[in-house]
Amino acid sequence: MTHPLNPCIHQKGGAMRGKGSAIVIDEKDNVATALGPLKAGAEVSVEIRGKVEKRKVLSDIPMGHKFALKDIEKGAAVIKYGQPIGRSTVKIARGAHVHVHNVVSQPRGGEAR
Amino acid sequence: MNFEGYRRPDGKAGTRNHVLVIPSVGCSQGCAQAVAQGMKGVIYLPNIFGCGQIGQDRDVVKRTLVGFGTNPNVAAVLIIGNGCEQLTTEEIAKEIAPTGKRVESLVIQDVGGTKKTVALGKRMVREMVHDAAKLGREPISVGELILGTECGGSDYSSGLASNPAVGVASDMLVGEGGTVILSETAEIVGAEQLLAKRARTPRVGKQILKAVEWWEKAAIAGGQNLRDGNPAPGNIAGGITTLEEKSLGCIYKAGTSTIEEVITYGSCPTRKGLVYMDTPAHDIEQLTGMVAGGSQIVVFTTGRGSPAGSPIAPVIKITANRGTFLHMRDNMDMDVSKILEGKASVSQAGKRIFEEIVKVASGRLTKAEKCLQRDFAIFKVNPDI
Repeated sequence: MTHPLNPCIHQKGGAMRGKGSAIVIDEKDNVATALGPLKAGAEVSVEIRGKVEKRKVLSDIPMGHKFALKDIEKGAAVIKYGQPIGRSTVKIARGAHVHVHNVVSQPRGGEAR
Repeated sequence: MNFEGYRRPDGKAGTRNHVLVIPSVGCSQGCAQAVAQGMKGVIYLPNIFGCGQIGQDRDVVKRTLVGFGTNPNVAAVLIIGNGCEQLTTEEIAKEIAPTGKRVESLVIQDVGGTKKTVALGKRMVREMVHDAAKLGREPISVGELILGTECGGSDYSSGLASNPAVGVASDMLVGEGGTVILSETAEIVGAEQLLAKRARTPRVGKQILKAVEWWEKAAIAGGQNLRDGNPAPGNIAGGITTLEEKSLGCIYKAGTSTIEEVITYGSCPTRKGLVYMDTPAHDIEQLTGMVAGGSQIVVFTTGRGSPAGSPIAPVIKITANRGTFLHMRDNMDMDVSKILEGKASVSQAGKRIFEEIVKVASGRLTKAEKCLQRDFAIFKVNPDI
């Protein structure tokens, strides 16, 4: 049985795990989650649609926190697990830390807070 | 597959053999505590309610206390009341009696004060423990288990690893004919449409959506927003940004089964398989609701760490955060961090969790039991009068 989120997560080896790496859960995601603390300027390997790609992180990313895989326009959906987890409040550059300072929750039918 | 459990007179199966002292009202809590003090095998419920509640709150308090008494992890029950409260000992005893287990009541005003009540109570529970000890464990199908699932003190590792691994174990138990409870409505916000699509009927799907709507409106009516308290500061430090992100990680605990029904707080499932209980996200209120609903065993994932336990049900703590596992060894039962290191698959970890559920159901003590974590809190909506 594969991981319910991503069949890649339990394959032996691979570039996406281990200290200093990051994981992308769904191919629709525009953020990755750091599996260890990442230093500003670090080149990180992430697996996107079966292809290993490099991303440079723009600031220190604590373990478990997210960074943008591509530029995210202001007001656009931030996608993780293949689902919207909120909306960006500013333009987020590729490689930037994505967290409460630039993403808000999106209540159904209401204004983001 | 079987576990070693206790067969009750009503045919239900327990994983523990406790004698339970229930104070029907906050005023009798002291006596209940004194009765249980120093008595091996006797546990009291730290209930502060039972008076001053009307309508829905009264129903929920009654249902919860009755649910703990009828839970098959309990061999016998002593209910202690004060005498003038709204929720009487007779009312609770009457609902527990059909299980066939021994139920006794003491009313402090009738007996004549604390000392006499405690002395009488101690005599009663001593007999109950003596009788309970005669009952041995026997092989019982795991299909008779009602597994409560919960996450608390979540961080990034919960949604990525420990919850999906619990989901595998949930699917395995459902496959064996068992029952799994998913709950904590405020933490399915943002993921409710995904769950509604998995409902057995459109009506059940609508009930899931309605539950979320109720919580959103209740928060707004109180001048608040569900998002004000969720994610909590520890969740945010652990990398969770929004309630939607937390919820999407949260629902993996339920595995991939069809959602058979939606039940109210503290109610017993009427169907096997995966069921949804509408509870608060408050860890202890949620835990209390599932155990009142007949859950004999609970799995609890955490990233930041949680000591929580139930007075009568074993609660297995699972983390995929290696640092938390090492730092809070007193509280953590299982470490599934190997998933994130790529050294174990989610399904391997899920199978380990399932095996642990069977062992704990058969008597292995959890860390929460060893630490005497007997947390109890009843969900209520209205102010007390």
